[in-house]
Amino acid sequence: MIKRATFGNRGLPYALLLPQVVITLVFFFWPAGQALVQSVLIEDAFGLKTSFAGLANFERVFADESYLKSLRTTAIFTAASCLLSMSVALLLAVMADRIIRGAGAYKTLLIWPYAVAPALAGVLWGFMFNPTIGVVAYVLQAFGINWNYHVDGDQALFLVTLAAAWKQVSYNFIFFLAGLAAIPRSVIEAAAIDGAGPAKRFWTIVFPLLSPTTFFLLVLNIVHLFFDSFGIVHALTSGGPGGATEILVFKVWSDGSRGTDLGGSAAQSVVLMAIVIALTVAQFRYIERRVHY
Amino acid sequence: MVERRPWLGFVSHATLIVGILFICLPLWITFVASTHDEARMFKAPAPLWIGGHLFENYSQVLVKGLGEGANAPPVWPMLVNSLIMAVVIAVGKIAVSILSAFAIVYFRFPFRTGFFWMIFITLMLPVEVRIFPTFKVVADLDMLNSYGGLTVPLIASATATFLFRQFFLTVPEELAEAARIDGAGPMRFFRDILLPLSRTNIAALFVIQFIYGWNQYLWPLIVGTEEKYYTVVMGIARMVNAVDTSPQWNLVMATAMLALIPPVIVVLVMQRLFVKGLVESEK
Repeated sequence: MIKRATFGNRGLPYALLLPQVVITLVFFFWPAGQALVQSVLIEDAFGLKTSFAGLANFERVFADESYLKSLRTTAIFTAASCLLSMSVALLLAVMADRIIRGAGAYKTLLIWPYAVAPALAGVLWGFMFNPTIGVVAYVLQAFGINWNYHVDGDQALFLVTLAAAWKQVSYNFIFFLAGLAAIPRSVIEAAAIDGAGPAKRFWTIVFPLLSPTTFFLLVLNIVHLFFDSFGIVHALTSGGPGGATEILVFKVWSDGSRGTDLGGSAAQSVVLMAIVIALTVAQFRYIERRVHY
Repeated sequence: MVERRPWLGFVSHATLIVGILFICLPLWITFVASTHDEARMFKAPAPLWIGGHLFENYSQVLVKGLGEGANAPPVWPMLVNSLIMAVVIAVGKIAVSILSAFAIVYFRFPFRTGFFWMIFITLMLPVEVRIFPTFKVVADLDMLNSYGGLTVPLIASATATFLFRQFFLTVPEELAEAARIDGAGPMRFFRDILLPLSRTNIAALFVIQFIYGWNQYLWPLIVGTEEKYYTVVMGIARMVNAVDTSPQWNLVMATAMLALIPPVIVVLVMQRLFVKGLVESEK
């Protein structure tokens, strides 16, 4: 789209675009291109000779047991965090939307975790669940649970999931509130006059009308959890114990920093890029659809 | 509210209070831990009520850091680095993208759509995905361990460009027409009309991007390896690893508080702008 009244100037628009285009080319297209090229090349054992390998790197990555495990971990982590944070946020948003007195204070107290860095969220939750000194760990141990997330893989994954969900709640809460505010009051009032109680009104009117927001949040949550969770995992468990919390974005980094398999880690990068692009397309199609109705 | 149901009102308040407890508990525990001395940190469980060492803990981490051998330098310079990084990224992103959005909306020129798509395609590709190739580019450009290396690669922003584009499209056509009739050139129009109109959007974006810049973690971790360029968020992770040998949790938690207070204050003080920026820039 463009304005009807445009300015006629030959050089100026290019000059205006220059900074953004240079940064995008140098720090986005160039590295992404290098990853693509590298992902189809293979190096010999001494790093002296590289040759074209086709899709061999990708085949190797997908045949790798640890990569498949990482895929599974990522799926469990993302699904659980997404479900937990979205349902808690929806519940809180519906409640905050209902009340009048004190709503502002409640909202303020619920949105601040957005500003906390993922790595810090990891540190905060790690401290609460620290097996030797943590408050929550102490309670769990008092109940006879053998809590030590440094050793137990399932416990580590649970903790990472919880910390990530905690961090996402405020974000989802803000969007659900905005979505709820956009639902016309008249529809809800009409249902109330017809005798529908609050629960019935929620499931038959509010929830379906919120579905665009829910879908949009679902995609964005997946993106956030896939990538921003790096900090949580790195600060909390460093992928351990025994790779139990090694999500994809962490694995790209840890394999890459070992630096032994350039082709393999480039292929991992490319797979991640493909996932993001697929999600972006899904998101974009959703935006298009919304514009039309 | 549609009808009066006192019981439901009570449930709502109760649910929100439980939710707030869940959300705020980690912050409380962290704050409380940062007010005790080291001896208390050897006794499980961690304290639940404020202790008397707030001032000395905070002044120690700010000025001295964790102490010798802990690979944890003073927090004060790290806070300055974080601030530089956050402000440069926020201002840079806004400047770069408002200019390109202006070009895309107000000019007709060859490859206009091509440029738009080129920027748009970067929308969701976070730096974590292409971390090593990008690192290599920055290394080749000799930008490791510099403020330029920390900030410039993160400045390109499709979201901000997209937001300004959407906003410019809602600006009445008559304004540009009037400006042209009065003989104002494009840059004059941009400075005197478009920029003042975009004030709220710029402020809202600043809040979001400030937080984005402040909370960067992986990028400074691999680009700023010299102590001079540590930022506070990545510095704290180094500290946690160091703490395995000597559990100075009180000091680590004091640092955590210092690292999260600035962005949290920005969100709380500019709450309206923040919500606006978040809802509009991601939609």
